[in-house]
Amino acid sequence: MSYIPNIVFAIFLALGIGYFTKNVKKLIRNIRLGKEADVDGDKGQRWKNMARIALGQTKMVVRPIAGLMHIIVYLGFIIINIEVLEIIIDGLLGTHRIFAFMGGFYDFLIGSFEILALLVIIAVIVFWIRRNMIKLQRFIKPEMQGWPKKDGNLILYIELVLMLLFLTMNATDYQLQQMGAEHYSEAGSFPVSQFIAPLFDGMSQATLIAVERSAWWLHILGILFFLNYLYFSKHLHILLAFPNTFYGKLKPNGQFSNVEAVTNEVKLMLDPSADPFAATAEDDEEPGKFGASDVMDLNWVQLMNAYTCTECGRCTSECPANQTGKKLSPRKIMMDTRDRLEEVGKNMDANGGTFEPDGKQLLDDYISREELWACTTCNACVEACPVSIDPLSIILEMRRFLVMEQSAAPSELNNMMGNLENNGAPWPFNQMDRLNWAQEA
Amino acid sequence: MNVPTMASLFAEGKQPEVLFWVGCAGSFDDRAKKITKAFVKILNQAKVSFAVLGTEESCTGDPAKRAGNEFLFQMQAMTNIEVMNGYEVKKVVTTCPHCFNTLKNEYPGLGGNYEVIHHTTFLKQLLEEGKISMEGGSYRGKRITFHDPCYLGRANGIFEAPRELIQKLDAELVEMKSCKKRGLCCGAGGAQMFKEPEEGKKDVNIERTEQALETQPEIIAAACPFCNTMMTDGVKNKEKEASIKVMDVAELIADAEDL
Repeated sequence: MSYIPNIVFAIFLALGIGYFTKNVKKLIRNIRLGKEADVDGDKGQRWKNMARIALGQTKMVVRPIAGLMHIIVYLGFIIINIEVLEIIIDGLLGTHRIFAFMGGFYDFLIGSFEILALLVIIAVIVFWIRRNMIKLQRFIKPEMQGWPKKDGNLILYIELVLMLLFLTMNATDYQLQQMGAEHYSEAGSFPVSQFIAPLFDGMSQATLIAVERSAWWLHILGILFFLNYLYFSKHLHILLAFPNTFYGKLKPNGQFSNVEAVTNEVKLMLDPSADPFAATAEDDEEPGKFGASDVMDLNWVQLMNAYTCTECGRCTSECPANQTGKKLSPRKIMMDTRDRLEEVGKNMDANGGTFEPDGKQLLDDYISREELWACTTCNACVEACPVSIDPLSIILEMRRFLVMEQSAAPSELNNMMGNLENNGAPWPFNQMDRLNWAQEA
Repeated sequence: MNVPTMASLFAEGKQPEVLFWVGCAGSFDDRAKKITKAFVKILNQAKVSFAVLGTEESCTGDPAKRAGNEFLFQMQAMTNIEVMNGYEVKKVVTTCPHCFNTLKNEYPGLGGNYEVIHHTTFLKQLLEEGKISMEGGSYRGKRITFHDPCYLGRANGIFEAPRELIQKLDAELVEMKSCKKRGLCCGAGGAQMFKEPEEGKKDVNIERTEQALETQPEIIAAACPFCNTMMTDGVKNKEKEASIKVMDVAELIADAEDL
């Protein structure tokens, strides 16, 4: 009978990891709905970017307070995983503090985890105050109503509870160690939880064990829950930040892709010796669509961008259009792309893996034309993103659809393009007058 | 003012060192033409071997590309590339960051490979090579704030060249709240120059002008003809045109040297 806890533990672990794996597969399938992306270029540079931006958090500290708090939570998360590893082994084998054989080093580790846990608690409280009491501009934008706001707070609550459970577990363990309880050999140092321990003074050994076990179980179950919560949350960035920064744009920000299909056609148009009939025969493929009106028209990196978005709103708060009260919010572009992609994924799940047209698309149903035309392509959003998301590339693809597929540019832009076509300048001036300035004094 | 064209030099069997790409604004816009002339005066002074395409130049296609019209952009680009390759152009200098970005970043993919330099970088080079000398003159000690053009700064990482030039004028360079990588757009990029802005609280150029005015400058320096127009409009909107001038870095230098 003494194996029951081990078996129960193994079942929870398998369920937790199993459900997570299932969702990760769905995630990968959805991302693969995107077109091929240009991910050539210097691999070394890509690794460097990942190390610098995701691992090194260089872009987080552009805003020092949020940056520092984030680094604490991030370090806490990474390092406490070592503790989780111990918990998993203990849970499966029925041991207690299996890494304790490391002696002084183990004490040092547990001590550091405790200090980090305390720092995480402080950071989480600061984050909560920023979101709910100070009400920073970027957290109360229209796109942050409802679930995004709840999601943000939920993550903070979960993190707080997990840390408190960790410290409670250690505090009671410390008490039991002092008592010389069986199974609780002296191990670890408790620089933070020793101050919580007095709360449990006078409790019987059995009660202490019950509290310690409860905290232990709730802690690991909480972690398994959190793991599975990721998929449904903006918190997915803790995983996707790494591939996302790896596949982030290497080219200069100002360089937008040249559409290859257009290049071939333009070459034919400009080549006086080209045979217009020869061209149609060789490419009997269905003519591709220009630009993007739905998520499947975007490339997979853009779709991964959408899942990576943490809704931190640094893009939106730097966006000149948003700052001056226009409807465009680069964060909303990313959230809309993710929402639509999720909708497409659910549609596929419901229809045996194929997408049944649902009469909806990213354009108009999610992102309005007004938002798209408000963009100045200034790259502030791209620069601001701490995880190399490029909202501008989606805006541009959608503009391409509007202009090349629907001829639906604002009329003033049509005038400009007409001038460009006829006079080689965006204004209605004669090309022959281009050098007039040289004659003017 | 001596402004040779590629065609005339070609007829004489000569090849200039650098092509000065004037751009549409620089060719047609009355305010921007002043920047063009100031830059040419400096080129003449420094005895730089250059030429312009003149009537053979056409828009790089930048506004079409940013508006989403890839067809029109590539038509423009390939026509321009044909002309430039015909003259065996190696090096291009331009006073417009939009032309600069497009020529530098987007033309190579279409067969146009040139060394493309923005005029602020070029002026800095001339200074370092001793081809021009700079004395602050009337700008000594003046408060100047520099507005980073998005397509020069954030898009291509050029932040220091214009600043160094301003400092060489012995002027007091004051930075705005949003500068360098976090510079705020003037509101003209992405083809916005050619349309009314979407509805909002205010126009982007007003917001940017307010940021500039916070530094209490005597001069707002720019390095882009579109930024120049937007900031000039902003200053007029704030009725400050009598006390605050908007000037291109090239104009500051040409003016300081009495060219």
